Amino acid sequence: MNLLTLSWKYLSFRPLATGLNVILLAFGLAIITVLLLVQHQFEEKMTRDAAGIDLVVGAKGSPLQLILSSVYHIDFPTGNIKMEEAQRISRSRLVKQVIPLAMGDNVQGLRILGTNHDYLDLYSVKFAVGKAWEQPFEVTLGAESAQILGLKLGDTFSGSHGISVGSHDHDQHAFTVTGILAPSGKVVDRLVLTSIESVWYTHDEEGGAEPDTITQGEEEPLAVEEGTELGIDPHLQPVTARGFPVTDQDREVTTLLVRYRNPMAAIQLPRMINSGTSMQAASPAFEMSRLFELLGVGISLLQGLAIALVVIAGLSIFIALYNSLKERKYDLAILRTLGASRGQLVGLVFLEGISLTILGAIFGIAFGHGFLALIVELTSQELVSLVDPWVFLTEELLIFGYALAVGIVASLIPAWSAYQTSIAKQLTKT
Amino acid sequence: MLLKTTSLSFAYPGQPSLSFPDFSLSGGEALLLLGKSGSGKTTFLNLLAGLLSLSHGEVILDGTVLSSLQGHRLDLFRGQHIGIVFQKPHLIAALTVKQNLELAQFLSKKKGPSPLSLLQDLGIASKASAAVGTLSEGEAQRVSIARALINTPKLILADEPTSSLDDEHAQRVITLLKSEAAKIGAALVIVTHDQRVKSEVSQVLELKSE
Repeated sequence: MNLLTLSWKYLSFRPLATGLNVILLAFGLAIITVLLLVQHQFEEKMTRDAAGIDLVVGAKGSPLQLILSSVYHIDFPTGNIKMEEAQRISRSRLVKQVIPLAMGDNVQGLRILGTNHDYLDLYSVKFAVGKAWEQPFEVTLGAESAQILGLKLGDTFSGSHGISVGSHDHDQHAFTVTGILAPSGKVVDRLVLTSIESVWYTHDEEGGAEPDTITQGEEEPLAVEEGTELGIDPHLQPVTARGFPVTDQDREVTTLLVRYRNPMAAIQLPRMINSGTSMQAASPAFEMSRLFELLGVGISLLQGLAIALVVIAGLSIFIALYNSLKERKYDLAILRTLGASRGQLVGLVFLEGISLTILGAIFGIAFGHGFLALIVELTSQELVSLVDPWVFLTEELLIFGYALAVGIVASLIPAWSAYQTSIAKQLTKT
Repeated sequence: MLLKTTSLSFAYPGQPSLSFPDFSLSGGEALLLLGKSGSGKTTFLNLLAGLLSLSHGEVILDGTVLSSLQGHRLDLFRGQHIGIVFQKPHLIAALTVKQNLELAQFLSKKKGPSPLSLLQDLGIASKASAAVGTLSEGEAQRVSIARALINTPKLILADEPTSSLDDEHAQRVITLLKSEAAKIGAALVIVTHDQRVKSEVSQVLELKSE
């Protein structure tokens, strides 16, 4: 028997009041936990995935859509741009580096991204096995993609048309896995990477019956024309590892990831592209801060709700302690006659208040993670599935701090009244 | 002498001061404190327990002057050497019978007899793990006596211990108090206006209200 056991006995003697207070506080703290986790993970992921990309150039449309589709691979691309125009931008003296991207296919919902080896360097990827693509139709899988598809080195698969599942398959040409990346926590984990040529040739095959027509799908990333007049099969030539692929045909790419050469470029280049060409330029940093601003209202609303819940829980704990202490004045006097000091009584009250709030914090953090896991489980939204509900942040220790503060504040007045209790007066009262 | 009082007086704020007669007791002796309502019986008991501080005089228990102790040292001394039985049992309802005794041991920081053997002596061992709320009045009063005895005190103070009990239980409680106090060699002071108790104790001190 000690003070902690005694305080726990008192709490469990009133299970309903105790339970209500713990749950009330837990809900408030759960909301704070969810906000903390979501905000932290989104911001971290968003910044990490956009590192090294100053500007995205693509077809005209929504700038936010352009960023989401080309940097984070969550929205649909705005369309394609002519490679000739794209190459013109790469020759500008304001540009340090351009990474072309070609999209349009998926395998089981995972995006097949045509690009060059610069893209691998951009995310400084490491290979778990194998190496990067060198021939057409060779692919490198992101760590998560490999796991989802269940593919190993040397396995083959065919992609299907479109960005999401459910379109017709490109079964003429199978892709071969030549490399699998180590997990990086970045967007490449969920991609299937290959050369731009591979994406082109896949769609060439589609139009193979009439090799001279140009297919015009909404997201069809290429103009189709067989390049066999030179007498060599381009499908057997190694693909370009750096820069733009070499072709004498009228080809298209989907977007360009641009890195500036100097700060001047940030001012001049977007304006030049937006007004002088049929393309648009968008800055990931700017668009994402715009997005967070839009979400900000909702976040502040939730934060307000969470704070209100925590304050109400604090009040409710105060009232519970105060009332139970009024009923227990006689108990306190008895404890004193048994040898308890005033300090021990004060300690008892604080222990009760703090155990309540620490319990609330434990449940709150558990609820928060559980709730997030439930949302991630139930939704197929790719943006949400980026969140890992079982990551624990050091900021969550702050929640224990909040809980402790609420416990101490709520116990102050009851503890003072316990300190003041006069034994003789209490005991003579009947 | 185990317990000795000299010229005790006490005044509630704004009221005339009360004076109490001197007395002394050896270990194993019992004293009955009689008096009408308002004669200051309970005040006298509170002074003996150190629950109220004296305006004048001295209470000496086993060589220790009670008023020389302050704060937690007084609380601890009371817990270790004085056992109090109240008019009503006043057990801690959130705890079981055995836990009530363990709590008294914890607070006094004294290693006494095991709660179970004491409960056995008092004939309520079967209720050891019962919730306090399920006890009958007589059982509860015996548990409160057990709590007063658990730290083998030098002084046992009983404030109207029989007033809410029927004849049979009253008889048993007084016998129990007397025999247990004698067993551990403690001085026993019983405050009462209950006529049934008078015949049981030879030494009587009557308080006159002024």
